[in-house]
Amino acid sequence: MAEVSLRRIVKAYEGDVQAVKGINLEIADHEFVVLVGPSGCGKSTTLRMIAGLEEITAGDIAIGGTVVNDIPPRDRDIAMVFQNYALYPHMSVYDNMAFGLTLRKFPKAEIDKRVKEAARILDITPLLERKPKALSGGQRQRVAMGRAIVRDPKVFLFDEPLSNLDAKLRVQMRTEIKKVHQTVNTTTIYVTHDQVEAMTLADRVVVMNHGIIEQVGPPQELYHNPATKFVAGFIGSPAMNFIPARLEETSGALRLMLPDGATLNVPEARVARYRSHAGKPVLFGIRPEHLTDDKPTDKTNPAPLTLTPEVIEPMGMETLAHFRIDGAEVSARLDPATPAAVGQPLRLIAHMDQMHIIDPTNDKVL
Amino acid sequence: MSATTASRDVPGIYHKAGSLRSERRWAMWWAYVSLIVAAIIFLAPPFYMLLTSFKTNAEIADHSLNPWWIRAPTIEHYAAILSNPIFIRFFINSVIVTGCVVVLTMVISVLAAFALARMRFWGSQVLATGVFLTYLVPDTLLFIPLYQIVGGLGLLNSIWGLVLVYPTLTVPFCTWIMIGYFASIPKELDEAALIDGANWMQMLMKIFVPVAMPGIIAATIFAFTVSWAAFVYPTAFVTTAEQMPLTIGVVSQLVRGDTFAWGQIMAGALMAALPPVIIYAFLMDYYIAGLTAGATKG
Repeated sequence: MAEVSLRRIVKAYEGDVQAVKGINLEIADHEFVVLVGPSGCGKSTTLRMIAGLEEITAGDIAIGGTVVNDIPPRDRDIAMVFQNYALYPHMSVYDNMAFGLTLRKFPKAEIDKRVKEAARILDITPLLERKPKALSGGQRQRVAMGRAIVRDPKVFLFDEPLSNLDAKLRVQMRTEIKKVHQTVNTTTIYVTHDQVEAMTLADRVVVMNHGIIEQVGPPQELYHNPATKFVAGFIGSPAMNFIPARLEETSGALRLMLPDGATLNVPEARVARYRSHAGKPVLFGIRPEHLTDDKPTDKTNPAPLTLTPEVIEPMGMETLAHFRIDGAEVSARLDPATPAAVGQPLRLIAHMDQMHIIDPTNDKVL
Repeated sequence: MSATTASRDVPGIYHKAGSLRSERRWAMWWAYVSLIVAAIIFLAPPFYMLLTSFKTNAEIADHSLNPWWIRAPTIEHYAAILSNPIFIRFFINSVIVTGCVVVLTMVISVLAAFALARMRFWGSQVLATGVFLTYLVPDTLLFIPLYQIVGGLGLLNSIWGLVLVYPTLTVPFCTWIMIGYFASIPKELDEAALIDGANWMQMLMKIFVPVAMPGIIAATIFAFTVSWAAFVYPTAFVTTAEQMPLTIGVVSQLVRGDTFAWGQIMAGALMAALPPVIIYAFLMDYYIAGLTAGATKG
């Protein structure tokens, strides 16, 4: 059993700067949880507190039911993969992987068996005799993972392990990490600032900002039902568009009035949810993929908009068009066949069944 | 038209390249000239010693001869020194003192530097600066109070007094070198070792010492050189020939009143200088790497 519990965890530095402000999180056995957020949000500090590399100012951390606040890292039965690999430069790949087991006085035959098995899983058997300096970035990262696997720990901790790799290798290693988790099935906590990594790897994503947890949930839930403006804007690429608007009620129906004069009908199913905000300013949130030149998915609420592109970015499989509505930058994903041109008005459809309304007073998604 | 323009531009480009080449040539020329002058200045004294050590006493005393030429080469001074048991004693004393001082220095420096560079404790920064400041105190200022301390311990006129005193010169600088070297080792390496199950001592011995080997070699060479070449302390603390190291033994035994046995002094001094030269020749690359570690990122 290796569930991890964080209970009211606080990390404060000198001068009362709080990096982590009393977070609670329950991670189930075998679960793959990704902590994601911008720089300085407290995700790495949280991971390091779980590892025992940072002291906890307040709260409790339990691994497998045991509170580990005062237990040193070596006795927490965890393994960690670092951003810069942290391989021992004077040791061969084999010795790097065997180091933890040697210190724990495992029999030589057992060490050999585990190292070779991990090398097989990670496809690094031919590299076992090499020194780290003779390896590429991707190979080093595999060795770092191998060092964690051989220990067969209760929990794997990954601290931005792919940040030092180039884009292509990052995608490849992401798949590798997912495969390894499927094979060894160990509880994994993974820190990244890259929301794509978070979405593709996680069973559950924990979005952090300014030392608090904004939302926890499966990737699809965060994408479709973000709880706050921050989560709505952080998850998804390109980011969600936020357009200042006003909700108006006329004869039982709700309409969004955009600053450029456009009016969009709110789907009937959502009217009850938003009615209390009628007559108030709100933020209209819509993802670029839901602002397209396609047919609307919600046939009852076609919401046409005519906008003039400022920048057109052809990506091959799609074209991104960027507009401006009363100072707010807005992006739309177009069919690559659409003849869009800068300065030429373009008719778009807002998929209103996918939109979000945000209360600007507290940045909560309504 | 464009072809004409291009052909007109080309000589200009070549001219610029040529001027860069000539600047580089001048820079090289001046570098060589200064290096040759420096080499002559620094190598002339040992070369003069070498020549003198192969001259007969009569030839050394004859001022009418060219001092840079040997008329009748002889190895009598080397033979005299090597056959004299007291010089062998000096040599053994130097080896014992230097060996003990190097071991003592490295044990203290490596442990101190590891603690100061890696274990965050209250006052560690101040302590690290303090260690370096003690290195700035000249030994000529220290030898009188140290004389009293060594005397109080009953170690005057003993090589063990020197073993006790030399580390006051070597430990601060070696600790400073090692702090710099340890500080350049990425923090994640000790964190990885901690998670792998290492305690502080295992982390030091299995990770830091092997990774910091160039720094350790640099510090060792420094401790060796200081200890082997020390002159002020043995002059002050040792009085009988039996306890003298080479540096003062050669001088005290070969200068009798106004009589200087120049041939033997030169031969003895050259032989005394040989071990550091040999060590430098083999470990120079490590020495430079160790001293410059941490100077630049990555």
